[in-house]
Amino acid sequence: MKRVYVKEEVCIGCGLCQVYCQVEQSQSKDIIKAFKREAPRPLPRVHVERNVEICFPIQCRHCTEPWCVYSCLTGAMHKDPVSGMVSVDMEKCIGCWTCIVACPYGALSRDLNSKTIIKCDLCPGREIPACVLNCPNEALVLGVDEKEE
Amino acid sequence: MQTKYLIIGNSAGGIGAAEAIRQMDKKGALTIVSDEPYPAYSRPLISKYLTGERTLEEILFRPPDFYDQNNIIFLPGKEVTHVELDHQTARLEDGEQIAWEKLLFAVGGKPIFPKMKGSGKRGVFTFTNLDDAKAIDRFLDNARKAVVIGGGLIGISVTEALIKRGVDVIVVEMKERILNTILDQQASLMAEEVLKQAGVEIIAGHTVVKISGRKAVKEVILDNGVAIPCDLVVVAIGVSPRPELALDAKLEINRGIVVDRHMATNHPGVYACGDVAEAYDFVYGENRPTPIWPNAYVGGRIAGFNMAGVTAEYPGGTAINSLNYFGIDIASAGMPTAPNDDGYETISKQEGNIYQKVILKNDLIMGMIFVGNIEKSGVIFGLMRDRVNVESFKQSLLADDFGLAFFPRPLWQERLTPSPDITLQPALPIEAEEETFAGE
Repeated sequence: MKRVYVKEEVCIGCGLCQVYCQVEQSQSKDIIKAFKREAPRPLPRVHVERNVEICFPIQCRHCTEPWCVYSCLTGAMHKDPVSGMVSVDMEKCIGCWTCIVACPYGALSRDLNSKTIIKCDLCPGREIPACVLNCPNEALVLGVDEKEE
Repeated sequence: MQTKYLIIGNSAGGIGAAEAIRQMDKKGALTIVSDEPYPAYSRPLISKYLTGERTLEEILFRPPDFYDQNNIIFLPGKEVTHVELDHQTARLEDGEQIAWEKLLFAVGGKPIFPKMKGSGKRGVFTFTNLDDAKAIDRFLDNARKAVVIGGGLIGISVTEALIKRGVDVIVVEMKERILNTILDQQASLMAEEVLKQAGVEIIAGHTVVKISGRKAVKEVILDNGVAIPCDLVVVAIGVSPRPELALDAKLEINRGIVVDRHMATNHPGVYACGDVAEAYDFVYGENRPTPIWPNAYVGGRIAGFNMAGVTAEYPGGTAINSLNYFGIDIASAGMPTAPNDDGYETISKQEGNIYQKVILKNDLIMGMIFVGNIEKSGVIFGLMRDRVNVESFKQSLLADDFGLAFFPRPLWQERLTPSPDITLQPALPIEAEEETFAGE
């Protein structure tokens, strides 16, 4: 099971993880076009939390016991038994937001345009997710849990 | 026939149990009996079915091949009429006997139908399962005006669907305000406001005493004698557990089937979950029915593990609800209002269309309500579920940017630090990074 972890002591709260997540989710995959021309602007799947001197990004933990999956009213939330990844089926999601109430990390967001939930998908097609790849301080790292494979 | 596991009921609880059993035991014969003729579907989505936004296929809770894939014997459209606990058998309506080793009651609830004159007339419905939605759908060609009795979740859900279908709706709520079991006065008012804007009339503080008409509904009469003409009535005053089978089998029943933290009843090998059960509520610290979908699934999952011989404990549940009828997002959990005794503390904030409230006792979260902005409701609910003492950061609970960073350090570290089993991969060298994003 892959997850993105943060070394909080070196996170500087710059928010570039958020920016590159948005680029990754964009149509153009181009930072300028994504922010200047794409409408609606792609939404980030990671959020930087800040409280005075503490800061760290939060994205889906792909929990071993995922409350969002267990709480989903429609069956849209799913944990892959092989990869361990928690994903959402956009066709099934009705935007009831029960998973938002269920997630203790606050890692899920509402896409008010599509009325569906959005969450970290670990950047399909990439070996290393965009947030990890573009963290200037190497505060974000990809962790692999061998036991969960 | 013989089966190792028999699950009666095919909704959230039954599916939760079946999935947990199959996680632990791939082979043991597993049978699900359902008195409905459909594969598992999402009951909260029957309103989308009624509006025509979703078909049956689109409200299925699991893929159509779920039963085959999981090697489950699925008996749809069959009613279990009798259960013999000591002999470990169940009898179906058609006389077939099923011998079981482990049994789960996941039969759900049934709509409460109050004593009311004329309730047998054509045009009177309930709204808890797909057949209800189909029946209302067939009737709508003849309906212009509906009275919905009950301003709870089911009532508001069917109200929204009827409005979308172009039917005028009047909601009659016995208490002073709608959604009174899950919201406080302020949040109820906000919900009422959006309903009114959508054209719904709300009559609070009254009940319907009579439904009149010759064969079909023509009007309802309120307790104050006022007559409201209508051609459709939906009775939506709530659901109660459906414990008849369990009563017949002499299981311990209070309001629902009483279960311990393993979702086990007082009879060995027999379990219960979901709306029919009365399981542990961590807010109240006692067993009580919490008839909501997620608790049914989690309770079923715990029952399933224990049925498969793997000890698992129900962490407890409480009423949680997330609703977004008529475009307003509302999340609530636990107590909607603080009881009138000492020791409760309420923190709240209102800014325009946003209202947020947390109820505390001894610095434990007992209830929460979020209207408008609900994005951090899960973080609060997580603290509530884990029974975290929030004394040192309670003044931040409703801060705009509240999140894990406001927890005491050990608490967020515990949630974010990788366990020792995890191998951390170094990021790629900088050159590779530039290559990835340049000119794509």
